[in-house]
Amino acid sequence: MTNVYLDEKYVGTVDNPTSFLKNIKEERRKQKLPLALNINYDPEFNEIGIHTSTGRVRRPLIVVENGQPLLTEDHLKKLESNELTWKDLVDQGIIEYLDANEEENAFVSLARKYVNKEHTHLEISPVSILGLTTSLVPYANFGQSSRLNRGSKTQKQSLGLYAMNYLLRLDTDINILQYPQRPIVGTFMHKLVNFDKHPSGQNITIALMSYDGYNMEDSLIINKGSIERGFGRSYFFRPYSVSEIRYQGGLIDEIGIPDKEVKGYRSEDDYKFLEDDGIVYPEAKLTEEDVIIGKTSPPRFLGEMEEFSIAANTRRESSAAVRQGEKGVIDTVLITENAEGNKLVQVRLRDQRIPEIGDKFSSRYGQKGVVGRIIPQADMPFTSGGVTPDIIFSPHSIPSRMTISHLIEVIAGKTGALGGTLIDGTTFSATSEKDLRKMLSKLGFREDGTEKMYNGVTGEEFKAKIFVGNMYYLKLKYMVANKMHARASGRIQLLTRQPIEGRSKGGGLRLGEMEKDCLVAHGASLLLKERFDSDKTILHVCENCGLLAVFDRIKGRASCSKCGASAKVSKIEISYAFKLLLDELKSLGIFTRIGLGSKY
Amino acid sequence: MSKIAEQYKDKLPEGLFNELLTEGKKKKLTDKQLKKAFEKLYEKYQYAAIQPGEAIGIITAESFGEPSTQMTLRTFHFAGVAEMNVTLGLPRLIEIFDARKAPSTPSMQIYLNKPYNKDEKHLEKIIGKIKGVKLGDVLAEISINILRTQVEFRPNKKRMRELGINEDDILKGLKDFAKVADITQKDSSFIVKPKNQEAGLPVVFSLKEKVKDLRVKGIKGIHEVLPKKEGKEIVLLSSGTNLAEVIILPEVDKDRTVSNDLFEVGRVLGIEAARQVIMGEASHVIKEQGLPIDHRHIMLISDLMTSSGVIKGVTRSGITSEKESVLARASFETPIKHLINASLQGEIDYLNSVVENVMLNQPVPVGTGLPGLVTKMGKDGDKK
Repeated sequence: MTNVYLDEKYVGTVDNPTSFLKNIKEERRKQKLPLALNINYDPEFNEIGIHTSTGRVRRPLIVVENGQPLLTEDHLKKLESNELTWKDLVDQGIIEYLDANEEENAFVSLARKYVNKEHTHLEISPVSILGLTTSLVPYANFGQSSRLNRGSKTQKQSLGLYAMNYLLRLDTDINILQYPQRPIVGTFMHKLVNFDKHPSGQNITIALMSYDGYNMEDSLIINKGSIERGFGRSYFFRPYSVSEIRYQGGLIDEIGIPDKEVKGYRSEDDYKFLEDDGIVYPEAKLTEEDVIIGKTSPPRFLGEMEEFSIAANTRRESSAAVRQGEKGVIDTVLITENAEGNKLVQVRLRDQRIPEIGDKFSSRYGQKGVVGRIIPQADMPFTSGGVTPDIIFSPHSIPSRMTISHLIEVIAGKTGALGGTLIDGTTFSATSEKDLRKMLSKLGFREDGTEKMYNGVTGEEFKAKIFVGNMYYLKLKYMVANKMHARASGRIQLLTRQPIEGRSKGGGLRLGEMEKDCLVAHGASLLLKERFDSDKTILHVCENCGLLAVFDRIKGRASCSKCGASAKVSKIEISYAFKLLLDELKSLGIFTRIGLGSKY
Repeated sequence: MSKIAEQYKDKLPEGLFNELLTEGKKKKLTDKQLKKAFEKLYEKYQYAAIQPGEAIGIITAESFGEPSTQMTLRTFHFAGVAEMNVTLGLPRLIEIFDARKAPSTPSMQIYLNKPYNKDEKHLEKIIGKIKGVKLGDVLAEISINILRTQVEFRPNKKRMRELGINEDDILKGLKDFAKVADITQKDSSFIVKPKNQEAGLPVVFSLKEKVKDLRVKGIKGIHEVLPKKEGKEIVLLSSGTNLAEVIILPEVDKDRTVSNDLFEVGRVLGIEAARQVIMGEASHVIKEQGLPIDHRHIMLISDLMTSSGVIKGVTRSGITSEKESVLARASFETPIKHLINASLQGEIDYLNSVVENVMLNQPVPVGTGLPGLVTKMGKDGDKK
């Protein structure tokens, strides 16, 4: 007696689960039952589950019967000549879709040559063990699996041409590579997803060597000439949007150059790029804090008392300005209406990002690195043919990570670049290394990919032969221009009087608890005090009762409100955070007294 | 002893002093050379000593804290020996410094006295004494009498003599069954009969198995004893501890035998021994993980944990609760409790330590913050 559940609802029992399962499957293959139906048997709970609901992930597999895959050479030929379609194969029950539950009962063979009588299904291709981005990695079967994961992860971070209509779009945080190329060494997936329509990297010449040590520990040396020729240049786009919001009482925001009377008016200089309508003109070169769209809003509270201005109803300044630490050129100005029918202005800022020290680059195998030095082309090492590499990559990155695919791509890329062909690097069915070597030696190069090279500064020949070739390199979206941050003084928190947090707000860099321990361990006591001085205040303490005294700024006199004016009041310098603690203890009803005396 | 040596006797630690003296005699140094050697040694010794104001506490804390972030949580298993693994790594280190009442894997290293520690032929008897012997191991015969529904067994005298067990031991062990069965001794054989007259064969059968499994003699609390070779010497490792009863055995070397239970060692051998165990266990964990932590850091912690005469852990109920400063205690776990208690008792914080001063942003009394400058004041209080 086996319980049967249809879409998680109990429908009845069967006596023989195996034959029931077989029957259902046969009926389905004969199309008497819907193709989207999946059935599975759980021997542990003695349950049969039938699923017909939406939202299940299913994947196609070739059906195997009696140790023979149903898909034959004949079918393949007919597919090629368009006599058969995929749908026909599915309808005939040659290919069926399994969901996760039915897969539990299936025994799937990875490749045709392994099929035996026990198998129920055959994988359409062994590459289907890889996902979309992972199958974009060439020669993946020559690498360590964890590096493969990292390699596909870095591809998602790479800059490229994410959409052909990017000029018409106003997405946030967008980067576009200026001169993207299709990879010389690709996989079947590159063809399948039309990768040449939205490429994400560039083919470059790479040399595996050390050069003055500026590429140690995963850094890279880049040829300045390559950058000047367009390597790794990208655009960064940031949209700014402002809309006229309606408030209670018929008040409305107003887009335009703010009046000087407006509360919170910036300096006249900040509005210099605005045209009469209060919006910047395209191609204006802006730097940080420049106003992009001028806007004023009505006062926050109706009838707000304006203490210091004569104008009865002053409007507030609420313009959109370029973010702190950013610059750029106005790319597009768009004036339209939002869903409520109010005026909406969107402006896109464009900034060119030329590779600089600290920018991140990666190959497709998780071999990511940061630019350590940019060397003029004249000083770069060169081959006997006069070729200078675009990137010098450290050979120490190879042995511990075992990314053999990285090395093979260098040879494959070299062969492809010199021979003018595209190399197929599809996992499990790639052009073999042996063939690559043959082709390379036919082209007149050493088959192992090494070449004689010369020091670019002295012209001396290097004693070792250097491994040079071509490979597809990705510029990743992490750039120093987006990360760089420093501050001397700036905004503080209202409650604690300590600096605010975060780069975008111009915050401070926290000297945390462990950093504090470090200074204490070194005995750098006074340095520590200075580092924590950001919230220092002067407190007036009554020496009689130990409570905080009141300081009268106008009279310049402090007095204790408990002990009267006669009590002696002294000044102490203390962190504001501690004053806050004392206040909080007072609110708890704890009477904290400060006793003053000489420490020595 | 020469005059020169006399001069340095109190200035140098005894070990260093004696070593130089004997070495000097061996090398036949002249007085002048000896004096120079002493001067050099004293200089080196002074250089190695901690300087006033050195923040040893925080250096110790960080010296443990930083490497333990890299500690693997993997516990080490004795290769090939089954069911004998001791908690090591970070969990054990936490256990030691928190001074948990019972270790998660209590164990002892039992050293043996001279004739027994080399020869394997005594081993079985000693292990039998400590761990106990299963009755089944000394039996010549055991059977179920179906007619009378009772268990009958006869011990092997020779085996008993080998393992140092007599019939009284067996009778004593069988007392465990006194509630459910009658025990009678007939000549050299024993009879165990269930008290329940209607008991069927399954009951008798399970009784037989229980009798075979019965432990005779042995020390309470010790479940397993395994011999291990340490160089040429045989050392016994036990799982479960009972230090007090093990060290009184004549075969056991009471000077070297240790338990990893801090509190047990403290109870049996005193606080100094407990301190030694804290040091030994902590450095064992650290060595096993291959971390370079100076022994003096471990010494400092174990000194602090035991200096009050009882073992106190580095916890809010242990040594942290002994901090003088209210603010320092409040900055470590349960601040409200400390602040409220302090206000009830009217405690005064003299701001003598590091944390309080960081909170108030005053120079911490460590390193450069320690020395104060005193100037002579004139009569009117003016600096002159």
